[in-house]
Amino acid sequence: MESTVAITATPTVETKLRAEHISMSFTRDGESMPVLEDINLEVGNGEFLCLLGPSGCGKSTLLSIIAGFLSPTSGEVKIDGEIVRGPDPRRIFVFQERGVFPWLTVEGNIGFGLFKLTRAERDRRIAHYIKMVGLEGFGKSYPSELSGGMKQRLEVARALAVNPDMLFLDEPFGALDSITRLIMRGELLRIWEAERKTIIFVTHDIDEAVQLADRVAVMSARPGRIQEIVNIDIPHPRDINSARYLELRTGIFNQIGLAHHL
Amino acid sequence: MTTLAESRNWEKFFWPIAVAAVLLVLWHYSVVWTATKIFPSPLDVERGLIGLFHKNVLWNDIADSLRRVALGFGAAAILGIPIGLVLGWYPAIDQVVNPTMQLLRPISPIAWIPVAIIFFGVGDKAAVFLIFLAAFFPIVVACVDGVSNVPSVFRRAGRNFGLTAAQLLARVVFPAALPQIIIGLRIALGISWLVVVAAEMIAVDSGLGYLVIDSRNSGKHYDLVVAAMLIIGVIGLLLDSGFRRLEKIKSVRWGFRDAS
Ligand SMILES: Nc1ncnc2c1ncn2[C@@H]1O[C@H](COP(=O)(O)OP(=O)(O)OP(=O)(O)O)[C@@H](O)[C@H]1O
Ligand SMILES: [Mg+2]
Repeated sequence: MESTVAITATPTVETKLRAEHISMSFTRDGESMPVLEDINLEVGNGEFLCLLGPSGCGKSTLLSIIAGFLSPTSGEVKIDGEIVRGPDPRRIFVFQERGVFPWLTVEGNIGFGLFKLTRAERDRRIAHYIKMVGLEGFGKSYPSELSGGMKQRLEVARALAVNPDMLFLDEPFGALDSITRLIMRGELLRIWEAERKTIIFVTHDIDEAVQLADRVAVMSARPGRIQEIVNIDIPHPRDINSARYLELRTGIFNQIGLAHHL
Repeated sequence: MTTLAESRNWEKFFWPIAVAAVLLVLWHYSVVWTATKIFPSPLDVERGLIGLFHKNVLWNDIADSLRRVALGFGAAAILGIPIGLVLGWYPAIDQVVNPTMQLLRPISPIAWIPVAIIFFGVGDKAAVFLIFLAAFFPIVVACVDGVSNVPSVFRRAGRNFGLTAAQLLARVVFPAALPQIIIGLRIALGISWLVVVAAEMIAVDSGLGYLVIDSRNSGKHYDLVVAAMLIIGVIGLLLDSGFRRLEKIKSVRWGFRDAS
């Protein structure tokens, strides 16, 4: 069944990341519990890929492996042809807003990864990214003085400031209210279009995936496998009432095995 | 709304003062009704206090006690913070050291007085050593706990930006643990103030503790005993509230419960 799954990226772009036969098990109470099983995945340079799947299927685990925070039980991840052996400033992991440092101001947070730059260059970048994520006037504020959405934007700005080529986002908007969440999706797309980073975005929200991604990798329940990869062939800005949008959305709903009526 | 806030403000001072006044009155009449010849009334104590303030001895005693606390507590902080950070950072070392620490920790610093006197003789050094012992363990334990409670997202984020282990400790782990370290330092300072009084009763012949015991021994001046006790209480309170101001610093305020 897995053989029908298309794992290759769109052939016109070069491959950025390749995950080969990734398996992961955790030991709990002395028993080994498989969480990921033979994950194969290719992500193209500059692509926006969503990892979608039910809670507990191993999305965060897979993303942590890709980012180099965890080593898989077997298999390997290659980025630009190099095997990933640990975290790297060229690829930044964005945690749900909880990752901002509460002891630093907005400026301190954005400048956190810029310690190798000269002071002038650092200040220039901080100012640039404060503006990009719309936090002007809050440079001297501490995270406890910001709203959830502002903290989330701050974390994205901190990640972008070190000019990484990849961003890994683990349900970054999960803790936000639905209006802020919609705005943040638009902001992320705007930033992605401006900076063309390769993005892997974990979500369990089907609409979010179809609104954002070039491709959606649908994962099955634990042990997680890649069930299907869906190409979202709608140009941005996307009309979320278009027939194609609804068709793709329905397709993924069916793929996950959810009925349309509650 | 302003009137409500005002009345609250006014009550904030009124009730504590009322409680203190009631206690003073109770104390006064207990002395009068029991017709005790030994225990002083509040008025006796007030006279004793005024007498003390006019003597140089009091100011020297206060200075001596504060100096001993500053030295003992300061040394405990300078040694205890790095040791605690390292133990929290390397759980393997902590596992080796922890049992010994847990054994030493419950021993009251007072029990060390004879040992301190053997080591240092009667004098300043013995008292400072006792305060050091009293402050050292709470500081180390607070640092170990602080470091091990740093959320893993912070460490991961730090590693992600390419920090070396030393940078991670200085730029992520230490600031993340700082609120807990400050709480530990505050507790240690409180204990130091308790211990300096006890140490001065036995190991030296100056300081506020010595003032208490000397007032009793040289002629049962219980008015001076109680007056010295009150001075000890007030200085302890001042030390604590001074330390509390550290919690208001913006880069640590997030770690305290009343943070906005
Ligand atoms: N460090 C760990 N030790 C043991 N089990 C773990 C560990 N991390 C994750 N797991 C288990 O692995 C499974 C997958 O977890 P993971 O966090 O990757 O799921 P997820 O798809 O991100 O879920 P969610 O959508 O709820 O965030 C879960 O059953 C979880 O209990
Ligand atoms: Mg998750």
